[in-house]
Amino acid sequence: MASVTPHDRLLDEITGPTPGQMLRKRIFGHQGLLIGLVVLILLTLVAIFAPLLAPHDPYAQSLMNRMVPPVFMGGTWEHPLGTDHLGRDYLSRLIYGARVSLLIGAVAALISGVIGTAMGVAAGYFGGKVDAVVTFLINVRLAMPVVLVALAVVAILGGSLEVVIVVLGLLLWDRFAVVMRASTMQVRRREYVAAAQVIGASTPRILLSEIMPNIANNLIVVVTLEMAHAILLEAALSFLGLGVQPPTPSWGLMVSEGKNMMLFEPWLVLIPGAVLFVLVLAINLMGDGLRDVTAPENRS
Amino acid sequence: MTDPLLSVRNLTMDIPVGGGTLHAVRGIDFDLNRGETLCIVGESGSGKSLTSLALMGLLGKGIQRSADRMTFDGIELTKASKRQMRALRGGRMSMIFQEPMTSLNPAYTIGDQLAEALLLHRTVTREQARARAVELLEKVGITAAESRLSQYPHQLSGGLRQRVMIAMALMCEPELIIADEPTTALDVTIQAQILRLLYDLGREMNMAMILITHDLGVVARVADKVAVMYAGELVETGPVAEIFNTPSHPYTRGLLRCIPLPGKTERGKSLGTIPGIVPSLVGSVEGCVFRTRCPHATMECRGAIPQHHDGEHAFRCIFADGKRHSDKELTA
Amino acid sequence: MLQFILKRLGLAVLVAFTVSFISFSLLFLSGDPAAALAGETASGEDIEAIRRLYGFDRPMLVQYGDWLMSALRGDFGESYYFKLPVASLIGDRLGVTMLLGVCGISFALLTAVPLGVVAAIRPNSIIDRIALFLSVAGQAMPSFWFGLILIVVFAIQLGWLPPSGAATWKHFIMPTIVLGYYAMPAIMRLTRAGMLDVLSSDYIRTARAKGANETRVLFRHALRNAIIPVVSLAAVQMGFMLGGSIVVESIFALHGAGYLAWESIARNDLPTVQALILIFSMFYIVFTFLADVLNAWLDPRMRSS
Repeated sequence: MASVTPHDRLLDEITGPTPGQMLRKRIFGHQGLLIGLVVLILLTLVAIFAPLLAPHDPYAQSLMNRMVPPVFMGGTWEHPLGTDHLGRDYLSRLIYGARVSLLIGAVAALISGVIGTAMGVAAGYFGGKVDAVVTFLINVRLAMPVVLVALAVVAILGGSLEVVIVVLGLLLWDRFAVVMRASTMQVRRREYVAAAQVIGASTPRILLSEIMPNIANNLIVVVTLEMAHAILLEAALSFLGLGVQPPTPSWGLMVSEGKNMMLFEPWLVLIPGAVLFVLVLAINLMGDGLRDVTAPENRS
Repeated sequence: MTDPLLSVRNLTMDIPVGGGTLHAVRGIDFDLNRGETLCIVGESGSGKSLTSLALMGLLGKGIQRSADRMTFDGIELTKASKRQMRALRGGRMSMIFQEPMTSLNPAYTIGDQLAEALLLHRTVTREQARARAVELLEKVGITAAESRLSQYPHQLSGGLRQRVMIAMALMCEPELIIADEPTTALDVTIQAQILRLLYDLGREMNMAMILITHDLGVVARVADKVAVMYAGELVETGPVAEIFNTPSHPYTRGLLRCIPLPGKTERGKSLGTIPGIVPSLVGSVEGCVFRTRCPHATMECRGAIPQHHDGEHAFRCIFADGKRHSDKELTA
Repeated sequence: MLQFILKRLGLAVLVAFTVSFISFSLLFLSGDPAAALAGETASGEDIEAIRRLYGFDRPMLVQYGDWLMSALRGDFGESYYFKLPVASLIGDRLGVTMLLGVCGISFALLTAVPLGVVAAIRPNSIIDRIALFLSVAGQAMPSFWFGLILIVVFAIQLGWLPPSGAATWKHFIMPTIVLGYYAMPAIMRLTRAGMLDVLSSDYIRTARAKGANETRVLFRHALRNAIIPVVSLAAVQMGFMLGGSIVVESIFALHGAGYLAWESIARNDLPTVQALILIFSMFYIVFTFLADVLNAWLDPRMRSS
């Protein structure tokens, strides 16, 4: 009777896929994440290559060709999505509008991300008085009505792309601070942080090499959410006439300009709003997907 | 002999998972008479808790349960309606869980939760229910029972909460009580008290009890019968004395070597361990599940495994004596 | 409990003062408020005259102290544009905004909580998917665009509802939906997550083990616990919604405080803008304070500590 060595039999049952393979499997198994990612990449390419893709100059007015309907409503391929009330090609303005939205979203999220992460990590790592001050600032910031303050400041300083970006960047750091504070607090309690402290690593070193890598996944999720938030806010400000100023092609502004002709030409409102919706949806889907894929409870 | 209070034949549970089916519990058979205490022992993940939840009809949605027979006082539980099961649960059969810290609802007072157990099954007034609650709190050794009624769970210690859980399980004087590792989450000093209490109350009220534990010291003291579970199977069952005196399945002997027993363990000798890991139960499970860790394993262990009976004592092994007298284990 | 309330109240007051200072400082963001007020064509003398008239020549902190003391008495100065006391101007408009806010949050709660509960009871069911779709769409939907679409469909095409104004209850239907939909996704998600969490908890198993039926388990044992965090969120959302009423009111021409804010900002009417920012902030502070107290009262663990 041959004796079976117990351990050999079990080897292939134990060796599963590596963490990298599992992550890849989760990413490609997550529909929302993939759809969001693809749409976002496409729109980013459109924004980058706007001059090559746009059939017309987005600023060129043509009073002879005002409010030409889109091709699916009886228009011609000369203006696939028609023209606006000043005869500007709608598709071209839409394509250039992607630049405005994505630029504002990305830069505003970057600014608020730097501010909020610095505050949140400091509060979470040092605790005590630093935490009390940061928590207080978060409370103050949350109490301020964002749309109202942004509108007022932009109105006082004068609406321009730069002003809108900076104002939104300075206003939207709250979620970064809240999430980063909580994540840092969690990571701070782990043994490897204590270990780093014991071997005498400097605080900046611990923050950079022990804390940051372990809160990066949460940070990425907030970046996507705040990017979407900034894009929506810019559109709202521009819609209210107090954001990006004409003739810059901003989707919010296009909705606002089309509003008066909404009764007869609803597509003037529908098209830019729908594109805005799709962009924000894509970013949110990506953010939700990233959260699902990187969530600690999914890791085991 | 009268019919047993609880009779289970071929209880099986499957859980569909990503890569197939997890055969979590397979072919469980046992009987339990009124007033008897059955201890189910085994490692975590061996299916002890699933078995108890299956009896109560409290399995999660994804788990498929089947059994040739699963009767409680003649009622076939596999065919009982939801309504019948609800009437049994908390009424004639109760359960005490492992986690007293989280098993009480944080939003309601102790009194409300105790009274609810009675009000759900008996037509009594709130006052009567509260009086019964006070009576049982006193019975489980809680002082100032009256004033505890208006307290919330978070105001009590773990030991007190488990006493409340026991009182709650006893509100309707059940015939069967299932306690799933009721003391694991408690301090060592409290553990003994709670077990003593459960045991005494069980005897006093002539309740049948299923006690799930991995503490063989406890088993030796309270059990009438023992069921040893390994990887979803009952590998050995029998009266407590026989299990301890003539443990027949190699796994049972392994378990017994892991604990010091007065009069059994030799002074100065190190306690045993069981090397190896539990096999995966996903996909088809054939042969003896313990073969990956058994010192006597042979190629035949991959085939069908016979059940050996000796009165009430039964075990599953290809060896008729379970290699009881082999000296191989001592060196393992 | 009392200690908690006092502590929380102290924080609220401190936040309120800080917010008041920030909203006051807005005035100085433009550099010289007198020049801004006088307009581009004003001469140097005119600007000087305005500076003295409005007291802009005094140190900023003195001006802030003055403004704050008056504000505490309910005097927010006079509107540059309407030439009326800001307080009465806002007072006239606040009712509409409050009504809209209450309607909006009620709509959000009445749709989000049941959807969240059902979605949690039946994960991956059709209703769960619908709820998920509604919440994902709601988070991406620009509210001004949503409002315009509603107007096109229900006011212009179908003619069921009036497109703008605040004369009857019908005028509030579309604004309520737009404002409520803004708050719905977060409340829905939190209700669903909370219910899922609670339903898998040990005490729910205990309730079932006692023989409680599913209705009792869901509503008495589960929802009671899952709803606690939703209360806080609803208060926060209510605060955000009042701040967001500016967009909704401008679309539907509801002449509330949000609409007033829009007009005042467009006209550089700083006293009105300052007062509105302060008032909207106060609403948020009061709501979140009340929510925290209510929360503490709902949660026995906090009530007794």
